[in-house]
Amino acid sequence: MVAQNTTENQSLPEFGERSLPHVDTSSMQLSKEEGLMLYEDMVLGRLFEDKCAEMYYRGKMFGFVHLYNGQEAVSTGVIKAMRPDEDFVSSTYRDHVHALSSGVPAREVMAELFGKETGCSKGRGGSMHMFSAQHHLLGGYAFVAEGIPVATGAAFQSKYRREALGDERADQVTACFFGDGASNNGQFFECLNMAALWKLPILYVVENNKWAIGMAHDRATSQPEIYKKASVFGMTGVEVDGMDVLAVRKVAQEAIERARAGEGPTLIEALTYRFRGHSLADPDELRAEEEKEFWLSRDPLTRFARTLQERNLATPEELKEIDNKIQGVIDDAMTFAEESPEPDPQELHRYIFAED
Amino acid sequence: MIGSHLLYLVWLRMAETLFFNALREATDEEMGRDDTVFVLGEDVGHYGGSYKVTKDLYKKYGELRVLDTPIAENSFSGMAIGAAMTGLRPIIEGMNMGFLLLAFNQIANNAGMLRYTSGGNFKIPLVIRGPGGVGRQLGAEHSQRLEAYFHAVPGLKIVTCSTPYNAKGLLKAAIRDDNPVLFFEHVLLYNLKEDLPDHEYICPLDQAEIVRPGKDVTILTYSRMRHHCLQAMKLVEKHGLGYDPEIIDLISLKPFDMETIAASVRKTHRVIIVEECMKTGGIAAELLSLINDQLFDELDAPVIRLSSQDIPTPYNGKLENLTIIQPSQIVEAMEQLMTLQV
Repeated sequence: MVAQNTTENQSLPEFGERSLPHVDTSSMQLSKEEGLMLYEDMVLGRLFEDKCAEMYYRGKMFGFVHLYNGQEAVSTGVIKAMRPDEDFVSSTYRDHVHALSSGVPAREVMAELFGKETGCSKGRGGSMHMFSAQHHLLGGYAFVAEGIPVATGAAFQSKYRREALGDERADQVTACFFGDGASNNGQFFECLNMAALWKLPILYVVENNKWAIGMAHDRATSQPEIYKKASVFGMTGVEVDGMDVLAVRKVAQEAIERARAGEGPTLIEALTYRFRGHSLADPDELRAEEEKEFWLSRDPLTRFARTLQERNLATPEELKEIDNKIQGVIDDAMTFAEESPEPDPQELHRYIFAED
Repeated sequence: MIGSHLLYLVWLRMAETLFFNALREATDEEMGRDDTVFVLGEDVGHYGGSYKVTKDLYKKYGELRVLDTPIAENSFSGMAIGAAMTGLRPIIEGMNMGFLLLAFNQIANNAGMLRYTSGGNFKIPLVIRGPGGVGRQLGAEHSQRLEAYFHAVPGLKIVTCSTPYNAKGLLKAAIRDDNPVLFFEHVLLYNLKEDLPDHEYICPLDQAEIVRPGKDVTILTYSRMRHHCLQAMKLVEKHGLGYDPEIIDLISLKPFDMETIAASVRKTHRVIIVEECMKTGGIAAELLSLINDQLFDELDAPVIRLSSQDIPTPYNGKLENLTIIQPSQIVEAMEQLMTLQV
């Protein structure tokens, strides 16, 4: 199976890790079907990104490619707690896996990375600009924090339909993903203010992976505990172990419930780590080896595989079967992407305007 | 006979309307017609808008549809984009269009480019409107002409209005358009009055307006400078100069209505461009290069560009007047072209 058999290091290392929040998930109901669905989505994210790295180094994809390895429990934990094709998701430049969790087929995400016409953004967007109207994926946003206002607008739209247009069914929730770096940007604070003011149905999900390229989070902010910043807006803020998919799912479910009930937004800070550099162009020279080892030992896939077995929801063989199935999906996506046509040069100007 | 005469009178019934009220009527009518249309911005609700364009609309449509926002231009602009992507039709009022410099990223990256970048996944029916231009001693920051700054952004339509009639008809068209439209009003035109028809009308966004037909020289202008050109004509008449220029209000700054422009240039063979934005990288600079590209053989003389000085607009009234083009300079430019031997 993808999850390696390593021993997790639960004790805090000497180099000063923030203490990890503990969310008790032992009493959380989890069916076999649900458990395997979560595992499968995380494996999809992991194997997809591994294939991207391979293809990038083989010169099949270009530009800036930011991989999500290590953070899978956040995408899966939040998005799989939402209603597919109905609730909205917005992402950042590290968006492949959010797109996959949202239901965009791996074929379309891979084809986009290959710059093909069959890509989810028709080969016009690339790695940092995954979009799917069908799957309510509002996009990959390449500039830090610029997706936060857009996601806030989607949440405003739900409220508008419900309250101004009297549409009782308009209870969609929006999940807005961004990183620790974005939490120092004005758009973060401005939108938290508006979302709390108007009680918008939105989850602001900070994936705190400790590093904004080479800027350590602690060096960039006066208050490293991001979830606490919700309190000044009178908003619920929670921290969660971003390497524990059940814990993320639990806090997401609670936040979604609040949002749907009209009780407003939640700021979720997921403590996580990227297992690769900022992008495939990043030499990754600043992060200490012991820090990397500490977080690698907390691999969310390994951890969840163990949980599934402890709960007697899956055998190693079943998990291995899922790994193989997903490897097939990735291989198929790659073949599809390679064989797909490039955009027609005659259509260079298409999609500038709504009528195109 | 009498019956048809009466019908004619009913058809022509007019109401004298102030410029800002023409914009208000357009907004009101479109909000009444389509409940996905809403206004947001600073002081648009309770206060009624800094130039009263949205006065009391919140009483009619509620506070969500006339949404007073915190002073957070980049974020509320991005919010409007997200609402537009998910099916609403927002109108952002820039209290002063200059403030939109703070929203430049959202307007350029997300309003302008996102549809293309998404491969057509989303459309963004959005209007961004408000007062621009040089007012009366408002100082540099409140006297900006952002149309030139935004001109290079792909995916945006840029429209300027200049009379109560076209303000109303163009705003209605902009609200119905499925693309992001930057809609520039001018801070010194809000109190213009004009008789407007009682019946509904729409002005196309992409068509220039021939303000005064003529044969000697084509004057291309927009926004408040249209009125400066008309004042220049009064000077021409007063001094018996006898020039017969064709004055065209561009209306659409992006794209330019090259059809109307070309037809005029083919007739007059001489061009003056009068603009309020700065000369460097200005609207006239782009228009001039298009005229060179497409109509060079039609020209009997180099195009004259009358633009504002390349300086921050000074507060001092005399200096401010020296910064923007005055009607007498337009007369001088006509004189220069008309006395040219060709």
